Amino acid sequence: MVYLTRKAEFSASHYYHNPEFSAEENRRIFGKCNNPNGHGHNYTLEVTVKGEVNPRSGFVVDLKQLKEVLHREVLDAMDHRFLNKEVPEFFTRIPTTENLAIVIWQRLAPKLKAAQLHRVRVYETPDLFVDYYGET
Amino acid sequence: MKAHLTRRYMFSASHRLHSDAMSAEENRTTYGKCNNPYGHGHNYALEVTVSGPVDEQTGMVCNLVDLDGFVQREILERFDQQNLNALPDFAVSVPTTENLCIVIYDILQRGFREAHLEKVRFEETMMNAFEYAG
Repeated sequence: MVYLTRKAEFSASHYYHNPEFSAEENRRIFGKCNNPNGHGHNYTLEVTVKGEVNPRSGFVVDLKQLKEVLHREVLDAMDHRFLNKEVPEFFTRIPTTENLAIVIWQRLAPKLKAAQLHRVRVYETPDLFVDYYGET
Repeated sequence: MKAHLTRRYMFSASHRLHSDAMSAEENRTTYGKCNNPYGHGHNYALEVTVSGPVDEQTGMVCNLVDLDGFVQREILERFDQQNLNALPDFAVSVPTTENLCIVIYDILQRGFREAHLEKVRFEETMMNAFEYAG
């Protein structure tokens, strides 16, 4: 089994707000992230896939295909977007880094054919990242 | 759904690697330059990884304000700009980064209740890193 990680970057804005909470609760729980005008991050995404090395190609996965899926499913949908307003999953879920990692996993997992998704890591800043391994 | 969240912190501290259980000669051969009696310092990068189900109401494994507050209070304020050898945590153990991992892990394990502690990772320099998961 060999693991391969592909990195990508995208920039997006978001804010944290739960309509079930009062205005006061939202401010207390989410702090500055509750500003309804949003704020942005340069996100770094690391997608790790695993698989056996194909004896003919020497690849775990065709990187070209992985890049295409990554662009189509994640970057085209999220780069330079307001996550709350432009990415359907975040119409009802709060676009925290945790949920971003889960949503990216859910978008990628069914589209990857040759290799199996192992981990999605999303850096919101260089000192904060979330790993999701597909655990329920 | 369970996710892992990692937060990175920086602090600076000095230390000297020296064991009272060893002779002066043994200390020198074991610890080399790190045995210099006046000590030396590092900019440590500490990564704390916690895990848990992502709360449906908040979208969070735990509130970062709680984790940052705990680390600031219990770790950074105690270890930043200190000589590790002078701290009670290293009264009997050598302040190697291995032992530092264990000390910090134990502090988090004992006191941080908002999420499950997965591991502690330290970079002593850009060239070496240490992990402890209990």
